[in-house]
Amino acid sequence: MSAYPVFSPASSLAQPITDLTRLTFWLGLGVFLIVALVLIYFMWRYRHRGADGEPGQVFGNTTDEVSWIVAAALLVAFLLFMTVRVAAASSPATDTRTPDIYVVAHQWYWEFRTPDGAASSGELVIPAGQRVLLDLTSTDVIHDFSAPQLARKIDVIPGQHNRLWIEAAQPGTFSGVCNEFCGPEHAWMRFVVIAEPLAQYRATQAAQAAAAASPNASNAAAARGAEVFGRVQCGACHQVRGQPSAFPHTGAVGPDLTHFASRRILAGGVLTNTPEHLRQWLRHTQEVKPGARMPTLPLSESEISDLSTYLEALK
Amino acid sequence: MSQRAPAFPNTPARRRPSAVWKVLTSTDHKSIGLTYMGVAAVFLVLGGLEALVMRLQLAVPGNRLLAGETYDRFLTMHGTTMIFFVLLPLLLGFTNYLLPLQIGARDMAFPRMNAFSLWLLVGGGLLLYLSPFTGAPSQGWFSYAPLSETPFTPQRGVDLWSAALIVGGYGTTLTAVNVLVTGARLRMRGMLYKRLPMFAWMSWINGFIILFALPCLTAVLLMLEVDRLLGAGLFTRGDPVLWQHYFWLFGHPEIYLLILPAWGLISEIIPVFSRKPIFGYEFVAWSTVAIAFLSFAVYAHHMFAVGLGWPVELAFGTTSMLIAIPTGIKVFNWLATMWKGSVRYTLPMLYAAAFIVQFTFGGVSGVTFAVVPIDWQLTDTYYVVAHFHYVLFGGSLFAVLAGLHYLYPKFTGRFLDERLGRWGFWLNVIGFNGVFLVQHLLGLMGMPRRVYTYPDLPGWRALNLFSTVSGFVLGVGLLLLLINLVRSRTHGRPAGRDPWNGWTLEWLTDSPPKEGNFSLLPPLHSRRPLWDLKHPDDMDHLRPRRHDKNGHIREEERGHQ
Repeated sequence: MSAYPVFSPASSLAQPITDLTRLTFWLGLGVFLIVALVLIYFMWRYRHRGADGEPGQVFGNTTDEVSWIVAAALLVAFLLFMTVRVAAASSPATDTRTPDIYVVAHQWYWEFRTPDGAASSGELVIPAGQRVLLDLTSTDVIHDFSAPQLARKIDVIPGQHNRLWIEAAQPGTFSGVCNEFCGPEHAWMRFVVIAEPLAQYRATQAAQAAAAASPNASNAAAARGAEVFGRVQCGACHQVRGQPSAFPHTGAVGPDLTHFASRRILAGGVLTNTPEHLRQWLRHTQEVKPGARMPTLPLSESEISDLSTYLEALK
Repeated sequence: MSQRAPAFPNTPARRRPSAVWKVLTSTDHKSIGLTYMGVAAVFLVLGGLEALVMRLQLAVPGNRLLAGETYDRFLTMHGTTMIFFVLLPLLLGFTNYLLPLQIGARDMAFPRMNAFSLWLLVGGGLLLYLSPFTGAPSQGWFSYAPLSETPFTPQRGVDLWSAALIVGGYGTTLTAVNVLVTGARLRMRGMLYKRLPMFAWMSWINGFIILFALPCLTAVLLMLEVDRLLGAGLFTRGDPVLWQHYFWLFGHPEIYLLILPAWGLISEIIPVFSRKPIFGYEFVAWSTVAIAFLSFAVYAHHMFAVGLGWPVELAFGTTSMLIAIPTGIKVFNWLATMWKGSVRYTLPMLYAAAFIVQFTFGGVSGVTFAVVPIDWQLTDTYYVVAHFHYVLFGGSLFAVLAGLHYLYPKFTGRFLDERLGRWGFWLNVIGFNGVFLVQHLLGLMGMPRRVYTYPDLPGWRALNLFSTVSGFVLGVGLLLLLINLVRSRTHGRPAGRDPWNGWTLEWLTDSPPKEGNFSLLPPLHSRRPLWDLKHPDDMDHLRPRRHDKNGHIREEERGHQ
């Protein structure tokens, strides 16, 4: 990952924007430097030298005025021309086909679903070298989907389905973030985009679409964890596909946890997904992510240990 | 049995009203103008402290000082305070003080309404700062629906926040009416529109922007309250994006109404300190009119990420780029005014020069948002935060500080202390640029705006820490300015009527001017009545003219006398 994602595009969609950004920045810097240097030169050249009387009174010059208006207008016309060209290349029309991936934004995590039933949170997997069409909507407030190395950003609005092309030219991992203020945990609504070679992508998707396996009989801690999961009614908000839940799943309130252990980030990017971090999250939910919709649950240390063993076994 | 005091002829019948009572009850435009500025100074301290606390929270990644919603409350209060209760009252203060003086009027057209407007604004500010007692608003000054609706932001503070802006907004709208009528009807004999001083021109045009922009805000705030208090669901069951259309139809002109009078001040200062008339008066004046119109036609460039569709985005991208042209005309003409002048570097001119550099930087970075695809990448990152602080702080507020140093002798009869003022100036320039220059880089690194914390990615920690430290340098600079303002009132060097050798009518009266402003006004034949008085052999309207090679009438250029 580069320090300046805007200047390290990894996609034929982001590349033209980067080129235009560089061009505009150079032009802007040129205009700024001209103004600043002329100002500094005038301040030095025409400084008051202690002479009495007033300098010559110049009231203006229409030719000069018209010349710089024309120059500015030409610059604007050029930028406008470039804008039209680049916009068409970086945000192509989208209403010709059904979307590949459905993106649902929540306070405060990203849900990614494929038509074949795979669901992930915080982790968008796409095939490398292909344009992928996203359909984006929100369940609560306005969010914004931004993965600057791969695509333009677009708002994610409740009741509205925006569409966005995204593409990664090569396999790799790219960071993304919510860019529209969406409440207290706007800061922790990050995601990663993982671009995989096509064959690997198909395998990953098939695995992700499958239901979760029950805890191995030899893993007693995981079995106890599954029991805790049911007893404290994690299923009221979270779904684990293929697992019995003591509570009927009421909808996508919290992230789908079916293949939780395969994910890299936890809780919208506050933490990386390791067993220690997961235990820290379960122990101090509201301190780790103040304002998160998940409360700090009154769990004993052994329950936390079992629950994390169970969740980390959901490969 | 009480005895009446004997009525000596020289004894006042009643106790003289206290200074505070005079300020509270005055309908004099100068007193009202200064009260606006005093109120703004109080809110500047509040808003500035809020900013410093926010910068402390962001100094290092993962900081816990203001975790979560607390930071959002500071964010909301800071933005609302600075836009509505610092910059706006500062500019209304200058307009109130200066407009009647510059056009040779005794007062504003409606003095009592003027006082009413002031106290409505103060009332709005009080409402805003009462809101923390009912749960401070945390939805941001832009208050996007549906986040600002009850399910997501239940605290009552949001309703007080709305009420604060509605009440203050009514006051400001009334002020706009006052400014428009004053500028149209109370100009002295001979003060044609084409002879209006630049500040009067721009603050008068500003009246139109206020009059048409603020009702959009009032309307949308009422709609929000209909939702919040009556459950109408205009932005939830209706269209959440509708809020943004109304809000920015107010909000973008708002940016211009926060800078037009500031441009007016700069357009007064640069000529006086360069000893030359403003270059291209007509172009500077008409570009203001162009900006007033265009300011309403660019609003949707705040919404390029919404997905409005390419035709809409192209239209608003075009108008947003076009507005750079009249803005550029102003910058060019300020520079051309210095050309072949005799430039004096006292504090007003130093602030004006810093203004030009910083405002141009902010303007140029603004053009990058008009280039729609760049906006698709950079909107809602720290690049935007950097940009609009360059325009509103480095631009508008620095221009106001230039104006403050310029007009302080008129306000008080004394100069601001030059040495203390220079310390303040350099700390402000270094601090301001230190805070916000690096935020462009943070934006390019992908740091979203309005976040209370951020991951420890390469470069983020160092730049944020640098920004925070600079914030405190800036704080010290502004503190020195406040000390200077208070101290120079009694300790400053006496200034007299016309300390800068100015040309507009305000320099004709006493410093500070008495009630009624003028005892005698000179006949007015040109844009610079005081130049004419001081140079009876070289009056502007009697100046020999010649046609240049293009056939345009051109003032004759002469060397030093």
